[in-house]
Amino acid sequence: MDFYLGLLQIIGVHTLLGLSAYVVLLTGQVSMAQAGFYAIGAYVAAMCTAMFGFHILPAILVAGLVTAFVACIVGFPALRVKGLMLVVATLAFGEMVRMFFFNFTWRIERGGELVGPNGAEGFRAIRFFPENGWETGDVTVFIWCVVAVIMAVLWWVDNSRAGAVLRAVGHDETAAQSIGLNLTAIKVGAMTAGGMIAGMGGGIYAHTVTHIEHLVFGVLLATFAIAYPILGGLGSVFGTVIAVVFIQGFLVEGLRFMGEWRSILFGALIVLAMNFRPTGLLGERMPRLFKPRPSESKLEPKGAE
Amino acid sequence: MMLTLDNLSKHFGGVRAVDDVSLALKEGEIFGLIGPNGSGKSTTVNLITGLYTPTSGTVSLNGRDLTAMPQHARTSQGVARTFQNIRLFGNLTVAQNLWVAQNGHEQRRQHFVSRWFRPGGEHSGDIEELLTFSRLASKRDVLASNLSFGEMRRLEMARALASNPRVLLLDEPAAGASLDDAELLAERIRAVRDRGVTVLLIEHMMELVMGITDRIAVLNFGRKIAEGTPAQVQDHPEVRAAYLGGGHDEKMEKASA
Repeated sequence: MDFYLGLLQIIGVHTLLGLSAYVVLLTGQVSMAQAGFYAIGAYVAAMCTAMFGFHILPAILVAGLVTAFVACIVGFPALRVKGLMLVVATLAFGEMVRMFFFNFTWRIERGGELVGPNGAEGFRAIRFFPENGWETGDVTVFIWCVVAVIMAVLWWVDNSRAGAVLRAVGHDETAAQSIGLNLTAIKVGAMTAGGMIAGMGGGIYAHTVTHIEHLVFGVLLATFAIAYPILGGLGSVFGTVIAVVFIQGFLVEGLRFMGEWRSILFGALIVLAMNFRPTGLLGERMPRLFKPRPSESKLEPKGAE
Repeated sequence: MMLTLDNLSKHFGGVRAVDDVSLALKEGEIFGLIGPNGSGKSTTVNLITGLYTPTSGTVSLNGRDLTAMPQHARTSQGVARTFQNIRLFGNLTVAQNLWVAQNGHEQRRQHFVSRWFRPGGEHSGDIEELLTFSRLASKRDVLASNLSFGEMRRLEMARALASNPRVLLLDEPAAGASLDDAELLAERIRAVRDRGVTVLLIEHMMELVMGITDRIAVLNFGRKIAEGTPAQVQDHPEVRAAYLGGGHDEKMEKASA
């Protein structure tokens, strides 16, 4: 039973990670920075509870806000690059965050022992749940409550004008500007919201595993984050959830008997999915990032006309 | 004067795409901007909407200087446009395409929350009216990418009107259209003007431009070579030279004799 609850927890936090990438992807930005945001949230929330004795809820909220602030700052330079260049730039940011935590040591004495991030060794003893007598089941329910709230909010936004505007920007920035949309505000806003969600997910993640270290937040996690909405499609938030269940539940856990061979399957699945459902499992909508826009050249400042 | 361009220039490196052009549109007129390929028409539109920043000169609307304003601010001042090669949001429905474009002055004054986060606004009366006006009411929930070419053109014009602009810039709306289509288009452009919108029409199709515009300006190599009523412009020797590729008047006269 605990195995399945544990799996549900993993699916829950990864859903938050995937949704954070979903929001950003709606505006056409392929961000590999989500693992970095997740890491910031994890460390900040863990510091709040383990070092300063916060309750888990405010800790996650603080983690979300701090990460949102960082994501907002990342959002501005990200405006200047698109497509593959943005992938590279955000990847570099993610690695920068990871290396920061690799070097970051700040330990204070609490209850007779030293707690806090300890460089390469990571951050141990994030024991809010066991210390407060939360069983695995309680933790699972808590995680899914947070996931449900975030999903409900995103579902609402998706169906309001804001959601249509995000998709419009993702489809054609030049046209979006021409109808009076403020690209800076919208793209930076999406990055900020995505950062907040990733930070909250990371904050919960840190508490479910009780020990975090920089290695977890590498390129693989960033790839997973962006793979969820791509595989699930941008039609609605449920695509991302289905993709997380499929990848984490089936590919990673269900096929564990295959050992490391399943990584090959993961790659093969992405390739197949891109071929057969190029717009994701749910939904027609996908930013046309990797396809050349036939009309783009017209607006390049090449000459008259 | 409503839309005014004063000594507007745009240089791309050594190329003078728009060179010292001045125009003044009157409220409620249909103004044509014509010229051979590469004469700077589209660049002029991009300067008015703010896609490009001019090298020198100013753009102003009803006496307010727009030159330093970002694109989205110009929309709320009342500038809207369509593109030569249709640029719709193919991932949104027809109604949603109009919904996202409601960024006009009055619309911006709505409360932030109700403007951005109230679901169902794509069924508002304003949008319905515009859909009916554009003969797209039956297509309201169809993805824009699934429309026919003519419907896409109509939707793009409707999207430009969704912000209740004062001036509408139409960048070659008849590109790819037949003569019959052009007549319908002319009717539509007049209907837009009758809504109280001033129209700046950029077009290659002479039948369309000569038939519906009140005044015309002609560009060649980035410079304005003529301005006046359709009849005046048609008889202008420099204009005929520009279009027929001739160098000077004598050659033209021989050709027409």
